[in-house]
Amino acid sequence: MTNEINLQSGEVRVDNVSRTYIDAHGSSVEALRDVSLTVKPGELVSLIGPSGCGKTTLMRLIAGLDHPQSGESYLDGEVITTTHYERGFVFQQSNLFPWETVYNNIAAGLKARKVYKQKKHEIAEYITLTGLEGFEKSYPHQISGGMAQRASLARALINDPKVLLLDEPLGALDAFTRMDLQDKILELWRHRKTTMILVTHDVDEAVYLSDRIIIMTPRPGKIESIIDVNLSRPRVRTDPEFLALRTEILERLHLVSSREAPEFYI
Amino acid sequence: MMDKYWKKSSRLWPLLTIAGFLAALVSSFAIPAAQEKVNQTPFRVVLAALTVIFLLRFVFGLFNEKLRVKVNHQAQLFFVVALMILAWDLLTTKTNTLLLPFFPGPAQILQVMVEDYKTLVISTFYSMRLLVIGFALGTVIGLTSGVLMGWFRQWSYWLFPAFKILGVIPATAWIPIAMICFPSSFMAEIFLIILSVWFPVAYMTSSGIANTQKSYFEAARTLGGGQLFLIFKVAIPAAMPSVFTGIYTATGISFATLVVSEMIGAKAGLGWYINWAKGWSNYAKVYASIVIMAIVFSIVMAIIFRIRDRVLIWQKGLLQ
Repeated sequence: MTNEINLQSGEVRVDNVSRTYIDAHGSSVEALRDVSLTVKPGELVSLIGPSGCGKTTLMRLIAGLDHPQSGESYLDGEVITTTHYERGFVFQQSNLFPWETVYNNIAAGLKARKVYKQKKHEIAEYITLTGLEGFEKSYPHQISGGMAQRASLARALINDPKVLLLDEPLGALDAFTRMDLQDKILELWRHRKTTMILVTHDVDEAVYLSDRIIIMTPRPGKIESIIDVNLSRPRVRTDPEFLALRTEILERLHLVSSREAPEFYI
Repeated sequence: MMDKYWKKSSRLWPLLTIAGFLAALVSSFAIPAAQEKVNQTPFRVVLAALTVIFLLRFVFGLFNEKLRVKVNHQAQLFFVVALMILAWDLLTTKTNTLLLPFFPGPAQILQVMVEDYKTLVISTFYSMRLLVIGFALGTVIGLTSGVLMGWFRQWSYWLFPAFKILGVIPATAWIPIAMICFPSSFMAEIFLIILSVWFPVAYMTSSGIANTQKSYFEAARTLGGGQLFLIFKVAIPAAMPSVFTGIYTATGISFATLVVSEMIGAKAGLGWYINWAKGWSNYAKVYASIVIMAIVFSIVMAIIFRIRDRVLIWQKGLLQ
């Protein structure tokens, strides 16, 4: 595993990107309109907003799983045209290969890149790092959702991506597992300084984790505002500053009618 | 949920099973045979062996709970089997009630099996050789063409229409043509079995691949997987449950194709043996061949299920 902190690589730039698609009913949906965004190397940025605001579309464009109709995205100045292991992806449902054991799922990235023989010693390291010792031989259906997501993180991170795209990775987990995994993500991020872009529905999660929070609005999907989170880590969820920021974001998302009633959300 | 075991704490049924086989054995000795030419010794040996086996199972079951539950579970069923053998023997060898030569008794069938064992063993060997070679090749060809059709659009475009029309034709319909086109009947039969296995395996492989969750391919791509990785590490393993449904279907069809093609074109094999025995009106031999088929094909099925359980160990429910 490379622990070197390389602040020069891992810059994601999205330049005037638009994407419209036809939904199941045959009507066209403007998922993204003229979205521009720069994520600095080593930064942890959250995308937040209601369903249909194009968060996932944006992530899929950066991953190379989808293509914009206009505009381009770049990783370290290079145009993104297709998928690449340098842009790791963690899906909402763990999306582990059910026919492979946890060990072989984590090994899959190495095998896909044809570096399995040279790098297989790293697998054990990632199993320890994500706390999956003893479950190497288990199949995905035998482990919990939280463990599956940790395995997914390990599977993406073993490829040493320049940017890790996390598409609501904790959305399907219970509150306790979720908080536990938030700390795990922070730990991995601090440890490796990989650029991370996280899609979430959870304002608390966004404030707890991010350097910056990008608020998006739907129809057409675009960036409403960008909020810098200048709170020192580790962050405390009950801190007045934490709560104030949380309230501000909820307001911007129009989930709170006014500033008078923040207590309801504490 | 339904209890897996039937009458597991029964005391009476296992004893009745033993009594049933013993009764069949005793009646074989006590009642004089109406069909005098029948050699009853092999039948008696088998009945005696069965009686001893069930007795031993019962005795060991007294000390072993797991075995006892199993023995009790099967006891009622085997009791009825014993009664049916007894009745069958009474209606044939003992009283000559059922019409000969079409309905021989159990003693006569066993007699034929013992007397003609050499031909039967060779026939079984020939049939199995055909089945194994044909089935293996058919599965490989089916898998390959299924993957090509499931993965590549141009293969699907050209191959699938032909496949759809040819696939519904029973392989046995090609027998006359296969017999002319191939230099030996052995090769013709192999071809027919390949044909019968190919369709279900190829069809289920390609539909298994087509129905694979898109997100698995996306995950593989973001991990840096190329085309070969997507085919061999995602598409094929994901299609395996479906492939085995195809193989399972193919097994039954291939048995039918094997027997029919041996009956019509071959000079060896269990199918040929049936046809040959029929020609001599020796129906005891026909039944002997059928009994062997039941045993051998069951073993083949069991092996295929074993392999499936191994390959699909990752599926929910197949693993505790």
